[in-house]
Amino acid sequence: MNRYSLWTGVAALAILGTGAVHAQSTLDAVQKKGHVQCGVNTGLAGFSQPDSKGVWKGLDVDLCRAVAAAVFSDASKVRYTPLTAQQRFTALQSGEVDVLARNTTWTVTRDTSLGLNFVGVNFYDGQGFMVPRKLNVKSAKQLNGATVCVQPGTTTELNLADYFRANRMSFKPVVIEKLEEVTNAYFSGRCDVFTTDVSGLVSTRGSRAPNPAEHIILPEVISKEPLGPVVRHGDDKWFDIVKWSLFAMLEAEEMNLTSKNIDQAASSKDPAVQRFVGASGDVGKMLGLDNRWAFNIIKQVGNYGESFETHLKPLGFDRGINNLWTKGGLMYAPPIR
Amino acid sequence: MNRRLAYQAGLLAAAGLVLWFFVSNTARNLEALRVASGFGFLGREAGFEIGETTFIAFSAADTYLRAFGVGLANTFRVALLGIVVATVLGTLIGLGRLSSNWLVARLAALYVEVMRNIPLLVQLFFWYAIIAENLPGPREALSPLAGVFLSNRGIALPVPAPHPAYGWMLAALLAGVVAAILVARWARARQAATGAPPPGAWLGFALVLGTPLAVFLASGAPLAWDRPELAGFNFQGGATLTPEFAALLTGLATYTAAFVAEIVRAGVLAVDKGQFEAADSLGLPRRRAMQLVILPQALRLIVPPMTSQYLNLTKNSSLAVAIGYPDLVSIANTTMNQTGQAIEGIAIIMLVYLTISLSISAFMNWYNRRVALRGASR
Repeated sequence: MNRYSLWTGVAALAILGTGAVHAQSTLDAVQKKGHVQCGVNTGLAGFSQPDSKGVWKGLDVDLCRAVAAAVFSDASKVRYTPLTAQQRFTALQSGEVDVLARNTTWTVTRDTSLGLNFVGVNFYDGQGFMVPRKLNVKSAKQLNGATVCVQPGTTTELNLADYFRANRMSFKPVVIEKLEEVTNAYFSGRCDVFTTDVSGLVSTRGSRAPNPAEHIILPEVISKEPLGPVVRHGDDKWFDIVKWSLFAMLEAEEMNLTSKNIDQAASSKDPAVQRFVGASGDVGKMLGLDNRWAFNIIKQVGNYGESFETHLKPLGFDRGINNLWTKGGLMYAPPIR
Repeated sequence: MNRRLAYQAGLLAAAGLVLWFFVSNTARNLEALRVASGFGFLGREAGFEIGETTFIAFSAADTYLRAFGVGLANTFRVALLGIVVATVLGTLIGLGRLSSNWLVARLAALYVEVMRNIPLLVQLFFWYAIIAENLPGPREALSPLAGVFLSNRGIALPVPAPHPAYGWMLAALLAGVVAAILVARWARARQAATGAPPPGAWLGFALVLGTPLAVFLASGAPLAWDRPELAGFNFQGGATLTPEFAALLTGLATYTAAFVAEIVRAGVLAVDKGQFEAADSLGLPRRRAMQLVILPQALRLIVPPMTSQYLNLTKNSSLAVAIGYPDLVSIANTTMNQTGQAIEGIAIIMLVYLTISLSISAFMNWYNRRVALRGASR
């Protein structure tokens, strides 16, 4: 169904009555159908990929599960729509998915003219280059004349052209839509260089390279790529729910609340913890959810740090700037009160 | 009569209403979501590079409109070459299947059955994998002929360096073609009037090929080669046939050739046996019989289904996006994602393919009228 998603999305956009997109709030629609429809990557290890049993796993997948936990008190009530880079926005615009958690870069164009809202950042990334070790390339500045494998329709393609233009170098792009095909092209030697977000490079090298040690990631990071979940314009309530689901995961890590200790914490006397687990205050109600929404997220999905440890650490990811602000990183959630 | 007219008008109104519903609904939805719309984006800077271009130079600083132009030119290049190769290959295989040589006939049949029963997309991946996986990198490139390099970056060939005489040679070639056509007309008229047989094909060849050759020699035979050289990561200079283009052309041509072969076979078989016998009894040699009696009748049956094959090939070229050849659809996809204007992008794709298909149809219909039975065409 992948290849046709874009087309069906466009068709849906053309046919849908305004009512279907608008009059009914996304929360009502989601509650009525009984699950959150989440747009994810077709397969990027650590972010969203089905495991050997067909269960979707990853950092982006955990965001979807957090939203389901908040809305239904059950993290398993999610259905996934794997989307290519090109299909993703149309799928969200047309209402095919409720949330897009697909390592998507937050840019002003997307936030405005595409009719979308970025709820925050769940991974701070930047674009890099991977080359075979045997080419003996030490810096991206030495890539003049190289053939570069890249996926279409992403900020990656634009940053790549910008970087080579700014450094007065030339290159030949080989543009292939599917991640599997484009990485095959790189690993078979069709290209000298594979470029995407560093997270994608690490993940690809760790999960797809015949021999990971033969490939190096060059030191230059040529762009800022804040990746985050996205919702449609025009439904602030749903926007808030997805936004605070993300923040709850970050806040929990800062408060040292984990899936293991949250049960004991529920009886804690700390007022901040009491508010978080919903024992006091009515934060849940303000969001239009069960008051134990945040408790359910942490109990069933875990906090941001746990998610990172489970999915990204094994692939060789470092917390780096994705650490909490208290530990020298950029991850910072507004207070839940 | 009046009632029929009323039905027609009713149908038209209903169709218009449906169309209006779709258009206005879409516009309202886009407006409500604050999605930008319109074709203004075509004038903006594209910002991405295109791997290979046909005639139109392109850089990231050019506009989206120019990018679409490059994509269209790339589509044309692969479609035109594909049509030519598929026709030649298909005709040979179709005639091969009719051959009295058992082995040739079986091999041709095998080819047809294999090629037309495997999905085209799979064949494209197959050819692409063959080329990209099996050939060595540019630094270890194979060099079957001096100056020609075969690597997973494609085939790098030496080409003659540009020279002003080549423009004149092109003009001479056109002049030669025109002259050959005029001579052929004159010869036909003379044959009709006096019965004198037309001169052989050699005169046409001499006119078409000889004229540019004469210009070439007259301007002192200027021939300097622009040779590909390994510089840094890749070959510089010369001309390069990329693996994406090669895989796409091979896939399209070999796949379509299987269908063309069947059409040709059907066309020839459909000519009544009596026609062969009649040509024989007139004492026509076999080649003349084929040329004057059988082929004109077979063509009448071949042309209409052939038109659909040409249309198919052109439309199938949009599968290029799967193996990274920058055709129109590939460029449009990138543009749609860069600008978010999917409806406009898809409208452009549909309009362009519709235009191309209708043009091919118009040309083939014109050709069909020429070869059809006079007075029998409906």
